Amino acid sequence: MEKSEIKGFIAKRVAKELKDGDVVNLGIGLPTLVPAYLPEGVEVILQSENGIIGTGSKPTAEEADPKYKTDAGGQPAQAAPFGCYIDSATSFGFIRGGHVNATILGGLEVDQEGSLSNWIIPGKKMPGMGGAMDLLVGAKDVIVAMEHTAKGKPKILKKCTLPYTAVHCVTKIITEMCVLEVTDKGLVMTEYNPEFTVEQIKAATEADLIVSPDLKSMC
Amino acid sequence: MRNKVISVEEAVNLIPDGATVMFGGFLGCGSAHKVIEALAKKGTKDLTLIGNDCGMATGPNGEEFYGMAKLVHNHQVKRVIATHVGMTPDVATQGMVDKTLQVDLIPQGSLAEMVRAGGAGLGGVLTPTGVGTIVEDSPLCMGKQTIDGKEYLLMKPVRADFAVICGHTIDKFGNIWYKGTTRNFNTLMATAADVVIAEADHLVEIGDIEPENVVTSGAFVDYIVDGGKA
Repeated sequence: MEKSEIKGFIAKRVAKELKDGDVVNLGIGLPTLVPAYLPEGVEVILQSENGIIGTGSKPTAEEADPKYKTDAGGQPAQAAPFGCYIDSATSFGFIRGGHVNATILGGLEVDQEGSLSNWIIPGKKMPGMGGAMDLLVGAKDVIVAMEHTAKGKPKILKKCTLPYTAVHCVTKIITEMCVLEVTDKGLVMTEYNPEFTVEQIKAATEADLIVSPDLKSMC
Repeated sequence: MRNKVISVEEAVNLIPDGATVMFGGFLGCGSAHKVIEALAKKGTKDLTLIGNDCGMATGPNGEEFYGMAKLVHNHQVKRVIATHVGMTPDVATQGMVDKTLQVDLIPQGSLAEMVRAGGAGLGGVLTPTGVGTIVEDSPLCMGKQTIDGKEYLLMKPVRADFAVICGHTIDKFGNIWYKGTTRNFNTLMATAADVVIAEADHLVEIGDIEPENVVTSGAFVDYIVDGGKA
């Protein structure tokens, strides 16, 4: 797979996880590509943690009003006709209170216990956790959508080495190589990309993988 | 009724060196830009900033130092309590390299609720967010509690000497209506400081905002600065 195709491939597979009417919070980067791949008849309610329930389409240059209306990345945004604007306590009450069906976000490291590290590299970067810790704890489904490795090194580990964003929270990991479900027994590979062999996927993963007896193609 | 409207210079003169100030806004959206600009110009120092973030090094229309970014850049700040500082590289430089700035990072939902608690007379917030992470080591975390078998962190309430907030439309009593996503931390901070300064993008007469549309009561607001666009 060409490097340029990877993100779209992952986003397309993630889109299949969402049901019509789901409330979804998307992290920055790859997750923002997901809505473009939603199947016909599936509409989701997007939430922006800075203060929108029911985020609308990206404003045109004429509609954009970044002094008053942005998303959580500071980019111009707007409520959909059915949406509304809220304050931060309401927004995070919504998130923590279990009203968000799924959050989709990237990761630096994720481990076989379902713990995720994606907010700080000590001594190198300290962007801050923003809303990520609350989203991981509060959303019903936590889907990590990311490239399987970073510069050839595994990102799916037995145990994260970077500070956690949250522990025992991830429900599914979707990469260009496979789909992994986090279970009590560990990571179960339920789908794989036939461009790779199971052995290649295992070699690119530090965590132990349990191959599902019903392993399917993710394409 | 007491006149709450003061000039931006009078507003920043209220804030002494060493003050703890909470600023509304999310990456500068909904921040009191006029007051912040005047505070930067005056050079008030040793500030403790409480906010979602420190603004952005570059604003949406190419502004240099959007929101609180300029205060950090000018070395006017000794401590930051925020949720995300990735858009202001000065914070990492001063915090990790120069070590002249204390940075306390708090999860966004926790900070929102800690400010709300500070303004609502509550002694803390029990949240599952941050359990098992380095938030447990924060000076603002008072330890873990188990309730009905589930673990929570006890986070301290947060208050400040001053809250500097901003509203699209503010009447002369201080009643505020917010536009778009600018409510964010503004509505919470209005309740959680000894002195609340509200910057009005549009200053209007009492009665111009329907009572049903008032989001923050003017009873929370001590001073109003006319942002000058009425």
